Amino acid sequence: MTTADTVVSKPAKLTSKQLPKATPWVVAAASIIAAIVISFIAFGGFNIPVAAVLAGLINLIAVFVLSASYEGRRKAVDRVATTIVTSTFILACVPLVSLLWLTVSKGGAAISGDLLTRTMLGMKGVLDQQYVAGEATLAGGFYHAIVGTVLITVAACIISIPVGVLTAIYLVEYANKNRLGKAITFLVDVMTGIPSIVAGLFAFALFSTVANLIMPASAGIAKTGFTAAVALSVLMIPIVVRNTEEILRLVPMDLREASYALGVPKWKTIVKIVLPTSVSGILSGVTIAIARVIGETAPIMVTAGFAKTLNWNLFSGWMSTLPTFIYDSQLRPVSPGAAALASSERAWAAALVLVVLVMVLNLLARIIAKVLAPKAGR
Amino acid sequence: MSKQIDIKDLDIFYGDFRAVDGVQMQIKPRSVTAFIGPSGCGKSTVLRTLNRMHEVIPGASVSGEVLMDGNNIYGAGVDPVNVRREVGMVFQRANPFPTMSIKENVLAGVRLNNRRLSKSEADDLTERALRGANLWNEVKDRLNLPGSGLSGGQQQRLCIARAIAVEPEVLLMDEPCSALDPISTLAIEDLINDLKDKYTVVIVTHNMQQAARVSDKTAFFNIAGTGKPGKLIEFNETSSIFSNPDKEETENYISGRFG
Amino acid sequence: MPTSTQTTESGPTGPSSEPEAGQQMPSSKPDGRAPKAVVRPGDRIFSAATLIAGILILVILAGVALFLLAQSKDTIEAQLTDPSQITGGKGFFSYVWPLVIGTLISAAIALVVATPFALGIALFTTHMAPRKLAPVLGYVIDLLAAIPSVVYGLWGIALAGNLTGFYLWLSQWFGWIPIFAPAADGSVSQTGRTLLTASLVLSIMILPIITSLTREIFLQTPRLQEEAALALGATRWEMIRMAVLPFGKSGIVSATMLGLGRALGETMAVAMILSPGVLTASLVVSGNQTIASEIAQNFPEAAGLRLSELITVGLVLFVITLLVNMGARAIVARTSVKGS
Repeated sequence: MTTADTVVSKPAKLTSKQLPKATPWVVAAASIIAAIVISFIAFGGFNIPVAAVLAGLINLIAVFVLSASYEGRRKAVDRVATTIVTSTFILACVPLVSLLWLTVSKGGAAISGDLLTRTMLGMKGVLDQQYVAGEATLAGGFYHAIVGTVLITVAACIISIPVGVLTAIYLVEYANKNRLGKAITFLVDVMTGIPSIVAGLFAFALFSTVANLIMPASAGIAKTGFTAAVALSVLMIPIVVRNTEEILRLVPMDLREASYALGVPKWKTIVKIVLPTSVSGILSGVTIAIARVIGETAPIMVTAGFAKTLNWNLFSGWMSTLPTFIYDSQLRPVSPGAAALASSERAWAAALVLVVLVMVLNLLARIIAKVLAPKAGR
Repeated sequence: MSKQIDIKDLDIFYGDFRAVDGVQMQIKPRSVTAFIGPSGCGKSTVLRTLNRMHEVIPGASVSGEVLMDGNNIYGAGVDPVNVRREVGMVFQRANPFPTMSIKENVLAGVRLNNRRLSKSEADDLTERALRGANLWNEVKDRLNLPGSGLSGGQQQRLCIARAIAVEPEVLLMDEPCSALDPISTLAIEDLINDLKDKYTVVIVTHNMQQAARVSDKTAFFNIAGTGKPGKLIEFNETSSIFSNPDKEETENYISGRFG
Repeated sequence: MPTSTQTTESGPTGPSSEPEAGQQMPSSKPDGRAPKAVVRPGDRIFSAATLIAGILILVILAGVALFLLAQSKDTIEAQLTDPSQITGGKGFFSYVWPLVIGTLISAAIALVVATPFALGIALFTTHMAPRKLAPVLGYVIDLLAAIPSVVYGLWGIALAGNLTGFYLWLSQWFGWIPIFAPAADGSVSQTGRTLLTASLVLSIMILPIITSLTREIFLQTPRLQEEAALALGATRWEMIRMAVLPFGKSGIVSATMLGLGRALGETMAVAMILSPGVLTASLVVSGNQTIASEIAQNFPEAAGLRLSELITVGLVLFVITLLVNMGARAIVARTSVKGS
């Protein structure tokens, strides 16, 4: 305890009055109770939103008054600011929790192995009415949408990963900030901001123009899975370019020089040294890009329509994906009226699958980035 | 199998900036030549022109000649990639390829240059290069572990092994010990002594004692001031540079009365 | 293979005049590994491939504009010859402007709601949260960003009904403000599926984007400036006001602009939640429509001139978002030059 003594002995002025650490939490709890009591007295009943707003206000005032009277005004302002910032965070978590909760509870209640393995082939309103009446199990399913999601996403990857990665290599290794490099960087930025529905319209316009050139008045055949894949590529390429570029710039110049000094040509240095070193980062960036486009709805509905049944052919006929299935089921139920509930339940089940898919992809990206990364050298 | 290097009227530029001015020098085969001088005097820059690594930096250029056994490496039609296969280089910071094992690192130069090796050839070459770099005994049990797991000094020797595995004629070293502790430094210096039996070695160093210990000849570079080009002041036998330099500038630097 | 057949242009000038020493580096290797010719097809092919990929990006972006224009031809012709053919019967501009206004209003509301929250979350995760918790919170924000918009739409539909009470209260107390005015009979939307609901969901969707951008900027605040402020005896909040916020000002503006670009183009949340109608000032009764939602709701059944109209509307949206995004980038570019 000698060290403590020497410290304490000198500076009597260094300590100042401070509220105990637990104060903010005690005050917050007290404010909530007070808010509930007030809402009962003043509004004659308990109302969560009203009580929450009240609790927040009471808490702020209490914190300020308490702190100002005890610790001084500057400290009080600091505490109020901290309280406000913390509560914005908590408030922002409310919708996330609510959304995940609804997805899990509604989707979890509706989902079944049958839904995952059946399509909407032969679906009739009668079947849904029977289900709502409790006479049958939930009919239909979204196997076709899962297949469509996978096919279209894979096709989009085949187009955008090479283009995106090669462009990033051009920007990092060859452009040396020349005019073309700057132009591409700028346009990639612009492309990041293209609304997804515009990307869909572009792909549709492209293929229907081509179709019209080959065979007049045949624009209708432009709606295929492949058209959707092109639309998704427009959205995916800029993400892949940005992520890959960032990762490639992180590869130390040291390694490139070491390779050049061994008499290795530039292209081989890039392929054999630079890319393997950054492969974890590139893959994780690509996975993030996939997670982003796999949930896109608008570009798919304008390019691939809404298929009710299984279609394995990317180049002919309409296709469904999970997002378009959700949209279609919710807004255009098989059976109107009370039995629309059945369609809504299928939509929520598909939403659960989609959310799980996206979460898994995001998680995968993190794992790839960690596991595949070269072991830290220095 | 080592070569003589003749540097004639070498000027080096970064864009419009003249970094080094009018270097003349003859480097004998099977010798160790040290470049010394204050920071920014252009000694590393000169070293990097000897295997055309200089031009990796955008905007860098060179005028004059560097003859390797009489052939100008800046002549028309010369491919820098081929030059670099003849002139190996070791850098200031050890930079083993992080994705490769110790063995793969040693073989990287040969494999990336498209030479197919049988397993026994590969094993042979690995052992020969690692022995050449005085590293064999320390790593022979863990050839398949990543090179980045070694200590700093071992990594630097791994980089030397990697450089000599492509069987160059000349070995350039850019402050190879500046990031190492004294014991590892000693190991590298011993190695340099062995290497000069086979290779023409050129080493840049900040450490004058090191230059005195390892080199046969020493070149002293200096710079008149910021923004001025670096110049070769004196090039002579190491013993005479350190005991009896011709130029006052050199003596000032050697004795610590710099500037 | 020794390259001895080559004529010696520059000629071997040195003492070692091996016969195979052509214009390249000579080799005295016993295995005869003579250097090959200078041409490196690998290098040429590879750099050409990367260049083509880069140029493809230019082509795609030009293609977006060109093909949208090509498909807009019918609409432009109709507008020039017989404007009454166009939906609404009064020409393209009177058809499109309510959509533009609706789009701008919903994006503006989303921005006004989301920005303070985004700033708060960014500050919390960078400067206030416990050290161990901060990266986890960053991850939670990323997850929020990853949830597909169609799920937000579904969620919005499910919860829209709960807002009717709030809207009724708004219209009773603040009905004198046009945007909260009730319908003629004093009622508000019974389903809650109004532009205000859609905008609120939009604000939740753009929140993570603005947050993660501002978070990055706050993390870049020079540590020295922060420490200087603390060393002067500033409290944490004073330090944030002295060092963090001034440093991040331009970054916050451009992050907000990028969020705006996103809100303008977001389709599904609005398309699913809003029950569309004519442009009205009040946001608590049903009505109004945005561009993206108009396209999404009508495209599946559209054909002929209607199809062309919708693509033209899409072109308008493209131009609007392009301008907003370029504006944001310009702000970033200008201020980052100044700062350096």
